[in-house]
Amino acid sequence: MGAAARFILRRKGGKGWHWTDIVTWVWLIGGLIIMFGPAVWLAFSSFKTPAALNEFPPSILPYVTAQATVQGYDKPLQLFEAKMPDGSTKVLAEVRRIGLVAQMVDPTTPGEIIKVNMNDRTPVRSVSFATENYTEPFTQFDFLRYLWNSVFVTVVATLITLIVNSMAAFALSKYEFTGRNLAMFVILATLMVPLSVIMVPLYSIISTLGMFNSLWGVILPTVATPTGVFILRQYMLTIPDELIDAARMDKASEWQIYWRIVLPLTAPALAVLAIFSVVWRWNDFLWPLIVLSRRELYTLQVGLSIYSGELNVQWHFILAMTVVTMIPVVLVFIFLQRFITTGIAGTGLK
Amino acid sequence: MSTTSPSSRLGALLMAPVNALMRVVDIPLRGLQKSTGIGGMAAFFLAPNMLIFGIFVLLPLFINIVYSATGGTAFFLSERSFVGTEQYQRLFTCTNYLDPMSCQEDAFWTAVGNTFWFVVLQVALMILVSLITALILNRDLIGRSFWRAVFFFPVLLSPVVVGLIWKWILQRQGLLNFILYEIGNVTPYTWLTDRNWTFIATIGVSIWAHMGLYTLILLAGLQAIPKDLYEAAEMDGTKPARVFWRITLPLLAPNLLVVVVLALIKAVQIFDEVYVLTGGGPGTSTLYLTQYIYETGFASALRNPGLAAAASILMGLVLVVLTLMQLGLGRKNENKGKR
Repeated sequence: MGAAARFILRRKGGKGWHWTDIVTWVWLIGGLIIMFGPAVWLAFSSFKTPAALNEFPPSILPYVTAQATVQGYDKPLQLFEAKMPDGSTKVLAEVRRIGLVAQMVDPTTPGEIIKVNMNDRTPVRSVSFATENYTEPFTQFDFLRYLWNSVFVTVVATLITLIVNSMAAFALSKYEFTGRNLAMFVILATLMVPLSVIMVPLYSIISTLGMFNSLWGVILPTVATPTGVFILRQYMLTIPDELIDAARMDKASEWQIYWRIVLPLTAPALAVLAIFSVVWRWNDFLWPLIVLSRRELYTLQVGLSIYSGELNVQWHFILAMTVVTMIPVVLVFIFLQRFITTGIAGTGLK
Repeated sequence: MSTTSPSSRLGALLMAPVNALMRVVDIPLRGLQKSTGIGGMAAFFLAPNMLIFGIFVLLPLFINIVYSATGGTAFFLSERSFVGTEQYQRLFTCTNYLDPMSCQEDAFWTAVGNTFWFVVLQVALMILVSLITALILNRDLIGRSFWRAVFFFPVLLSPVVVGLIWKWILQRQGLLNFILYEIGNVTPYTWLTDRNWTFIATIGVSIWAHMGLYTLILLAGLQAIPKDLYEAAEMDGTKPARVFWRITLPLLAPNLLVVVVLALIKAVQIFDEVYVLTGGGPGTSTLYLTQYIYETGFASALRNPGLAAAASILMGLVLVVLTLMQLGLGRKNENKGKR
């Protein structure tokens, strides 16, 4: 412990602690709590029963009050640990509460009612994970459907993005032709055309093409990402042209050069784009919200927002569904975060 | 290529059908190449991306202008009647330009006002927080990449999830009330029904969700500052505050400007997380521009795509100005790098 503390607290050059060190660690620990705390809190809450979710003050871990069926009462009664007048404690079941006095019975001798002051009893509780929050949405809502829709949109859009963007990047990096700079300029200029500016006419185009209420209507407008073309082109520019010339000498077709030589060499950049694309498409919200109006077509994000906006929000389900929605992104964060951070730091794009 | 390791053998197995498909695809493409020549194949490679791009990005940009000059509730252009600048006139009809409620489209001006204050406050606070975080991460830290990841985590979360996480925390039985209750025995408060608090909440939540991205870019900028400058300053016995104002800030300035413009562009378009968190309410207290466009265009019973298009063009103009600023800044930086 002492050695570990010394290791963590040591300063470069053996200098003593400066006030800036304290600010640094307060900021970092505070950041750790603020950045992760809310998501962790949500994850803990997602295992609580509706009754536990309504409690104030809330507990951190999901507790369930123990219940027992007592002879002579139809419903199961809640169990409490009650302090008896003689100082001993006894586990009793609560029948009803009138003001400050609770009427309770001993489960072993159900006939006799014992009156206990409210403050002298504490509920018998145990930690219990309400896993039905996770299993019931599959039957209650079309949760599996939404999950599938989201996976479908994410995977298909990412695949098309990779192919279409890499083909364009190949053309823009390895061929000389008139209009190349114009094409590059148009792509870069529209880098900043956000959906909010074109959503009304885009909707009419989608409807004209018959893609309203279709997952393809969600996928296609998003796949020609300027960011992707840009990242891949920058990378392909570093591939020596001699390789391509040599392949042409060997009678390789242009398609073979693209597929067999350029794409494998672009793998690192493709990986970065794939990660970006998965996160983008998984998280997309506004456009799917516009295109999809039939419930069975909702993606997870749309389904979640619609259900959470309803008057009687069933928070125990919403929380569990939110956790499931978070899982892929958390996995990306844990395993692939390094690719993303270096990708952003390198290009300044997201 | 070795096929000894099991993972590469699995990869080869998975790629086999794809490669076979590509060989089939190659046959017609060789034919195409014969007729177009090698250079002509560039058009083929460029075509799919440009086609999708043209249909779903460029075409809408032009149609938007037509939309804003036509009226009615129909979405098909052929069913829309030409109204000239009526939509714009409607947006700009106000008896008093300082009071949004006096305008014909009071919701639009409320959204503009809300968005303006949101952008100013959110960007200023977020850049400040990001800068402080980047400066701290740039210190001689143990586990820097871990700490960098900590602040980056919310950036990856979907806006809907972000909205729900905070909606859950700001609930009456939520974590915030719990903490306040534990600290100062404050009675639980319904934060999301209070006009003033929801506005602050949207700013705070969007800072929480996006600051990691800007921290990352600023940190990259800080790490690009040559170390010998600091060493020289240390040898001269320069005070840390002076080092910050005279070395760090001037050398970080180009990065800082780019980050500010990037944050402005994003903040103007704020929608998703706010829509989930507050739905624009209570009342119109957190109604921002994108939501106004969305609701005018699609969601309300009195939908008016032309009006939404006009509003989105106005918003687009603001974004164009910001983007040009960014491109200009980028060019200036590039030139600086060359010298």
